[in-house]
Amino acid sequence: MADVVVVGAGVVGAACAYYAARAGLSVTVVDRGAVASGTTGAGEGNILVSDKEPGPELELSLLSNRLWRELADLGGFEFEAKGGLVVAETPEILDALTALAGKQELHGVRHTPVAAGELHGYEPHLAHGLAGGAFYPQDAQVQPMLAAARLLQHAPGAVVRTGVTVTGLLRDGDRVTGVRTDHGDIAAGAVVNAAGTWGGEVAALAGLDLPILPRRGFVLVTEPAAGRLGVPLVRHKVYTAAYVTDVASDSAGLSASAVVEGTPAGPILIGASRERVGHDRTTSIPVLETLARQAVALFPVLAARRVIRAYCGFRPYCPDHLPVIGADPRAPGLYHACGHEGAGIGLAPATGHLIAGLLTGAAPAFDATPFRPERFAA
Amino acid sequence: MRHHDGPPADLAVVGAGPAGMAAAVEAARAGLAVVLVDSGARLGGQYYRHAPEGFHARRPGALHHGFRRFTRMAAALDASGAEVRLGRRVWAVEKVTGPGEDDLVAVHCLAGERDERRETVLARRLLIATGAHDRPLPFPGWDLPGVFTAGGAQALLKGDLVVAGRTVVVAGTGPFLLPVAAGLAAAGARVAGVFEANGRFGLAPAVLAHPGKLVEAAGYARRLAAHRVPYLGRHAVVAAHGGDELTHVTVARLGRDWTPGARRTIECDALAVGYGFVPQIELATQLGCATRGGGDGPAVVVDEGMRTSVPGVYAAGEPTGVGGAELAEVEGGIAGRALAADLGRDAGRAPGSARRRAALTAFAAAMTRAYPVRDGWQGWLLDDTLICRCEEVPYARIKEARALGATDARSLKLLARPGMGWCQGRMCGYAVARLAGEDPAPPRRPIAQPVRLGDLAGEPGPPDFAGPPEPAGRPDFAAGEDPR
Repeated sequence: MADVVVVGAGVVGAACAYYAARAGLSVTVVDRGAVASGTTGAGEGNILVSDKEPGPELELSLLSNRLWRELADLGGFEFEAKGGLVVAETPEILDALTALAGKQELHGVRHTPVAAGELHGYEPHLAHGLAGGAFYPQDAQVQPMLAAARLLQHAPGAVVRTGVTVTGLLRDGDRVTGVRTDHGDIAAGAVVNAAGTWGGEVAALAGLDLPILPRRGFVLVTEPAAGRLGVPLVRHKVYTAAYVTDVASDSAGLSASAVVEGTPAGPILIGASRERVGHDRTTSIPVLETLARQAVALFPVLAARRVIRAYCGFRPYCPDHLPVIGADPRAPGLYHACGHEGAGIGLAPATGHLIAGLLTGAAPAFDATPFRPERFAA
Repeated sequence: MRHHDGPPADLAVVGAGPAGMAAAVEAARAGLAVVLVDSGARLGGQYYRHAPEGFHARRPGALHHGFRRFTRMAAALDASGAEVRLGRRVWAVEKVTGPGEDDLVAVHCLAGERDERRETVLARRLLIATGAHDRPLPFPGWDLPGVFTAGGAQALLKGDLVVAGRTVVVAGTGPFLLPVAAGLAAAGARVAGVFEANGRFGLAPAVLAHPGKLVEAAGYARRLAAHRVPYLGRHAVVAAHGGDELTHVTVARLGRDWTPGARRTIECDALAVGYGFVPQIELATQLGCATRGGGDGPAVVVDEGMRTSVPGVYAAGEPTGVGGAELAEVEGGIAGRALAADLGRDAGRAPGSARRRAALTAFAAAMTRAYPVRDGWQGWLLDDTLICRCEEVPYARIKEARALGATDARSLKLLARPGMGWCQGRMCGYAVARLAGEDPAPPRRPIAQPVRLGDLAGEPGPPDFAGPPEPAGRPDFAAGEDPR
C-alpha cells in the first residue's frame, strides 16, 4: 500500500509526487496517458510573476518562482532565468502598468521601469512607437514536458504507472482509501487529484462537484530563428500589458494577446489565445491569424519568418480563476491540486510543496485557504 | 464560424492527381463551378509527374505507365470548364458561413514560390484528393546525400528527367520498387539490385485474380531481367555508408520479423528506398473528419459517394486508403458524380464504378497484407542513427525519453522532439509511432504548410531580401516528399 496515489502525471502531479516523496512518503503516480501528455504537453513553460495582480495567486507564484530556481539544479529541463519584458502601447496603458508594477513590488516582485528609448536595449527587434514598459527579472521559462519528467525521475522511490485509467475511488465510509483503475485497485493513505483539465471528472468519482472547465489556447511555432551572430531574435518573454487583463477576463469568446519568446531549441513560440469551446480541437484560423498579427505588431521582423506548426491545449480554469489546492473536507483522504488555468507550469512546485506539507502535517508556507476545494459549494 | 462574402465556387478540389482530376472533370461536366488547386507546377500529381515542356522530352510518356490516360484526362479537364490553379500550397481548410448564411469551406492557399501570397478559395463543397507521401524507415546513413526515398527518385526521373545516380540500389518493400528500378534502368542507370524486405511473390494470389495487374507485373519483371537486375526477396539495406556522400550500402538477409542476418556490401552512388506510402490526410483532420486505422496508416472514412463524416467534405484517392492511381481515378469519378448529384445536378451514371472500386480496394488490401513493415527494422538502428532529421534526434535520445516515461508517440515527441520540425513528422511519424509500440495516430497539423507570420497575419510581409532562411537541419526533401 502506498502512502499516496497521485492521479495525473502532468507537471502539477509530478511536483506533488516530488515533494511528497522527498518528505519520505511512498508515492504512486497514475496517468491514463503518458507523462506530460495533457495540458503540460501543450504548455509554453511560462514561470511568470509579472502577470499576477497582488493576491493569493501572486503569493503562490512567488513561492513557486523560488522553488523552480532550486529545482533547476536537477537539470535537464531547459530552465532559463531570462526575465520578462512587458510593453505598453500607449501612455495610458503605461500608467496602468507602472501602477501595477508598483503594487507588485510591495509583495516581492522586482521590476525595472523601461522608458520608450530603452526598450531596444532589451529587445533590439521590438517595434517602434511603444510607450515604454517594465522588465521583470524573476520571470523564467522551462521546457514543461521535460520538467515534469525530471521531477518524477528525481522523486525518490516514486512509482509511475502510465496508461492506467482511474475508474473509481476506494472508499471506507466517507474516507477515500485509494483508487480503482482499469489495471486493478491501488490502496493508499491519500489520493491527490492532479488531473488538470479533467480534475472535475476525478472529483465526480467521489460524488463531488469541482467546477473545472477547459479554456482552449493555440500556440504558433516558427522555424528556428537566430538573429545576427547567433544572438536569439527574441531574448526575453515579451508581451503587451493587455495580457494581464485577458488572463483575468471572463469572456467566453476569443481573447488573445501574444506572448512571444525564443526557445533553446531555436523556434519562437507565440502563445496565449483564450477561448471557451469545450475540448474542441478543430483548427480556428481566425485565432491563428490574431496571434500572428499581434506577434508581428510586437516584432515586425517576424513577418518574414515562417510558422512551421501550431498546436492547441486546454487550460483548466475555475470560475474565480484560482487553482484548487488542499484537502477536501467532504471526502477525507482526498486532496486536490488542479485548476491552475494557464499558470500550471509556474505554480506547480508551490502546489506540490503545499500538498506535501498537508500530507505530512508540516506547517504550511502560507495561508492556502483561498484555494480550498469546497469554496464553490452553494 | 466566421463570415465570408466572396462568391463561392460549387466545388474546391485539393490535389490534381488522378483522383482530383477525375472528380473535377465529372463535376464540371455536370455543370458545377469547380476550382482545382495543386501545389505542383503541372497537372498529374505524383503518379503522372512529368517534365515541363521546356525539357523537350522526346516522348514525355516513355517513363510512364498509362501516360496516354493522363493526356486524355488533361484534355477532358481542359474541355470541362473547371478552373485549374497550380502552384498553390494549401496550409489550412476552414468551415465558414457565406453571404446567405450557408455553410462554405475556405481553402487557404499560398500562391507563388519566392514571392508567395495568400489566396483563399471559397466553395460550397470540398474534395480532399491530396494523395500520399513516402513512408521511409530510418537506418544508419539514411541521411547521406545520395539516399533518396523511392518516391523521390521516381519524381526526379519523371519530373526532371534526372537519374539519381550511376549505380543505384533499390530497396524497401512493395511492388512500387519495380517501376522505380525499371525506370532507372531504362534511363541508363546500372541497378545493382532490388531488395524486397518481404517475400517477392507475396502478392501472387491476388495478382492472379487481377489480369491487368498480372500484365503490369510481368512487364516490370521482363524489363528488369532484360537489364540483368537482381531482384531478391527477404533482403534489406540496413546501412548506408560514405563520407560526404554515399559510396556503398550494407545489405542483410532478413528473418521473418526482419531481424538482420548475413550481411554484404554493395558499391553504389545512389540508393532509392521506400517502405510504402502514408495517406496525406491533415486537411481532413483539420475539419474533424472521422478516420480509421489499419492498413497503411490512418485514412479518412468515406461512404459509397466518397462523403466524409463532415457534411460537405469529400475525399478520394490515397487519403481514403493507399490503393494506387487506378483506384484513385475511380474514386475521383465517383466523388465527382456524387458531388454533382448532391448539388442537384444530373451527373449521369457510370455503371460498374462501385464494383471496380470494391475490386481495386480488395487488391490494395491484399497488397498491404503481402507487404507489411515488420518491427525488426528497429534492430538496424544505432545510437547515433537519426530518427527525426528535421530536429536531428538520434535513436539514443528516443531511448532516453522512453526511460523518462514517454510511453506513446506523442510523449516521445514532447520529450525528445521527433516530428517537431519542418516536416511535422511526415518523414519520421511512422517510425516514431512504432518505436513507441503503437500504430500511427491521425495527424494533428493545424498548419499544414509553413506559412510566413506576415501572411498568416493577413498583411503582406516585408520583402525577404536574403531569400527564405535555411533552417539548420532541414532535410533535403526529395521531390517525392512533396507534402501537398
